[in-house]
Amino acid sequence: MTLLWALRFLAAMAAGIIVLVVGFLIVESIPALRSVGLLRFINDPGWHPAAGALHGEFNLGPMLVGTLAAAGGAVLLATPLGLGSALFSRFYAPATAGRWYRRLVEVLAGIPSVVYGFWGLVVLAPLIGQWQPPGQSLLTGTLILTLMILPTVALLSEASLRSVPASYLRGTAALGLSRWASIHGVVLPAARGGILTSILLATGRALGETMALLMVTGNVVQVPRSMFDPVRMLTSNIALELGYAMDNHRSALFVSGLILMALIAALVAMAEWISDERLHA
Amino acid sequence: MPEAPHARHGARTRVVRGGSDRAATIVMWGIALLITAVFAWILGDLIRHGLPHLSWGFLTQAPSDAGRAGGIAPILVSTMLILGVCLVVSAPIGVGTAILLSEFSARGGWYARLVRRSLDVLAGVPSIVFGLFGNTLFSIYLGMGFSILSGGLTLACMVLPILIRSTEAGLRDVPDDYRKAGAALGLSQQAVIWRILLPAAAPGLLVGLVLGTGRALAETAALLFTSGYVDRMPESLLDSGRALSVHIYDLAMNVPGGTGRAYASALVLIVLLALINLVTAWLAEHWLHRRITRT
Repeated sequence: MTLLWALRFLAAMAAGIIVLVVGFLIVESIPALRSVGLLRFINDPGWHPAAGALHGEFNLGPMLVGTLAAAGGAVLLATPLGLGSALFSRFYAPATAGRWYRRLVEVLAGIPSVVYGFWGLVVLAPLIGQWQPPGQSLLTGTLILTLMILPTVALLSEASLRSVPASYLRGTAALGLSRWASIHGVVLPAARGGILTSILLATGRALGETMALLMVTGNVVQVPRSMFDPVRMLTSNIALELGYAMDNHRSALFVSGLILMALIAALVAMAEWISDERLHA
Repeated sequence: MPEAPHARHGARTRVVRGGSDRAATIVMWGIALLITAVFAWILGDLIRHGLPHLSWGFLTQAPSDAGRAGGIAPILVSTMLILGVCLVVSAPIGVGTAILLSEFSARGGWYARLVRRSLDVLAGVPSIVFGLFGNTLFSIYLGMGFSILSGGLTLACMVLPILIRSTEAGLRDVPDDYRKAGAALGLSQQAVIWRILLPAAAPGLLVGLVLGTGRALAETAALLFTSGYVDRMPESLLDSGRALSVHIYDLAMNVPGGTGRAYASALVLIVLLALINLVTAWLAEHWLHRRITRT
């Protein structure tokens, strides 16, 4: 049947893209991995990749620290806020207000990262700068990132709260439990897997975010000593330097892309493992 | 979906009533108010500073003085062209894959699983990695350089997962009776798909396209090194063209004194996305269910 083969061909194109993406990352990383070596990406004294394999310095460490610090901080802040937001629209909000509130969170999820970055650059960074100069810092980046991943946590957790069987809620009502006691004792444990998955997905988004962080973190390559130090992310580094990078420098940027992909693949694997566990529980 | 008993009767059925319950209620309301306040702050700020710069001329003139003056006409044209390329390429691949996954997946077990797994991973790829990929494959290996074509193709790869997921959901919403009725009439599977399933699933397909458009419109990082920065009116798909989101980034970061126009451009982008959001919501609520359940 020709139709089936045509469809299989189209599906192969769709499925092949990820193979191409990872393949190109690997192929383009090989020159740097070969002439610089993996060890120097964490051991070199600094990041001056334009001077070539021999004289250049290729330490991606500070940027990896920046990425992990901002993403980690944002997840720590966005988890309670997002979960609270989900509980509010599921259990606390009056019906109409809940519907509007959910629409608002959906709109927040749809605001482009460049707009979050712009707002962070012209409003939030100067505000923080008045208190602790220069304002474009790890803290500003973490806060903007929190705003960006909060809707992910909120919307996905709410979906898993909705999938808690209504009979559970009737049970807690029959037992005379208070609202908070039934949420804390019954609803949250029942929705645990879905909430955890939402946090992992939000973490993946945080690790990969580029534009907003590029605009608000100051982009200085250094290991931050405080929340108020400017930092550079792995992602922003690619966006800043790909335009003019040559040879091993360009290749080194693909190595950082590969590191990002590895981090995110690990998260996706964890999320799938959790949802498998949930299915078989 | 049955209403949660606590949502309505909570106050009356409560027997155990500690301080923690009241504290939790206060915390939840506090969080919701905080999020609403920040949302109002961002939106209010964009409108307050963006609206004064917005005019018919802003939409129809070319930018001058690196974007500090003039408008965004060529940028809007480039954005639409990039979106056009993206949709023209991704729609057939997306719809074909969705049909395979929803209509033939029982027959192609392992293949469908593999395709689905690949798409899940693709959905998690960060946009800057799509930038690296598009720059290498389309701009350099395939020799398209920094062009609208290269940017549109990169975005097409990016929106495929969302497009496929939504179309597949639309196809699965079509009741099985339709398929059985088609088969009972002696129609070939091909005819069933073209004449019955796709028309019935059209709203889901449209929602997918609209969602994909929204995602593509919001994208910046993947376009920096594929469609590029040039803010002239594009003459062909092989010209570099600056997308609206890239314009906002450039004005904000690289052009001192560009903040005003950046505000206005951000407002235009938000309004476009809001329109898309409204269309999706409207389609989902009105057309989607009526079309399938009442024909």
